Amino acid sequence: MRRIDAIRAVAEAAGDGLIVCNLGFPSRELFRVADRDRNFYMLGSMGLASSIGLGLAIAREDRRVIAIDGDGSILMNLGSLTTISAKARGNYLLVIMDNGVYGSTGCQPSASSCGIKLSELAKAAGIAPVRRTSSVSHLHKLVKEMPSGAIVAEVEAGNADVPLVPMGPRDIISRFAKAI
Amino acid sequence: MKKIGIGIVTSVPCVNLTDLIALIEADTSIRHLAVSREEEGVGICAGAYLGGMKPALLMQNSGLGNSINALASLDLLYGIPLLIIVSHRGVEGEEVSAQVPMGLLTEPLLRSMGIPAIKPGPGEAEQAIVGGWSRSIGERKPVAILLDNAFWRSQ
Repeated sequence: MRRIDAIRAVAEAAGDGLIVCNLGFPSRELFRVADRDRNFYMLGSMGLASSIGLGLAIAREDRRVIAIDGDGSILMNLGSLTTISAKARGNYLLVIMDNGVYGSTGCQPSASSCGIKLSELAKAAGIAPVRRTSSVSHLHKLVKEMPSGAIVAEVEAGNADVPLVPMGPRDIISRFAKAI
Repeated sequence: MKKIGIGIVTSVPCVNLTDLIALIEADTSIRHLAVSREEEGVGICAGAYLGGMKPALLMQNSGLGNSINALASLDLLYGIPLLIIVSHRGVEGEEVSAQVPMGLLTEPLLRSMGIPAIKPGPGEAEQAIVGGWSRSIGERKPVAILLDNAFWRSQ
């Protein structure tokens, strides 16, 4: 499964949910396949997608919130898994795009490429349910069916040929704020 | 903090913050999240602000070093307000040598980042928090309230 196809599946299954998307190519790919005013595109602060998503989900319990994270990014903020386990309520879903590499910086291998199972880490942190998938249709079905918990989507390394998100930070935040 | 409507507090503890964190934890009108690292708190607070809440982060100044990239490439970049209440260790009266380097660097780091630092004396904390939050919203950037050893000794 290509990551851009996985991201499209998540966005399509999200309905009117709010999406916080990891920086770099994931945000660029999301913008290309499913730009919507309920997308928050990260431009910096690597590692914090799951934290921004958690804060948003706590502030807006009336809305479904999905964070699209990456293996390298969640490895930078593993403590976030424990905070999500302790504090998230039923409206927050974490989707980790696991391609085993730091894709936006030249595909250097991450620790995930050494056989470490991020899904087991999430389970050990107490997040439930946790699912793994490597198929687009299954990912779509899981996102539809799971209001909360975590999904590890095993995707191929590599980035789609897509341009930068053509919005500045103030535009991203003001459009998002108006939409929600 | 209640006076200005802070609805969510993330914290990494300092011994000076013990009573304050206990008060917040016991207050049902404030969501309290004990986080594992200060930059995680910056991220959660940013998300909560996006969702319409007024956020605060409680930490020791050592945590400033752990959160600089998040403060810069999230809060300052997007213009996200945040009230940061800092136990400022490593200054006059400090007994732990390891606190001194970050103690001396705290104000220069904040100054370099363009993050306002307010240093209330005893009895001035409420005024500093109210004014600090107003400035944070007005300037769309984090504001730090630095509470040093002399402040805590007076409590």
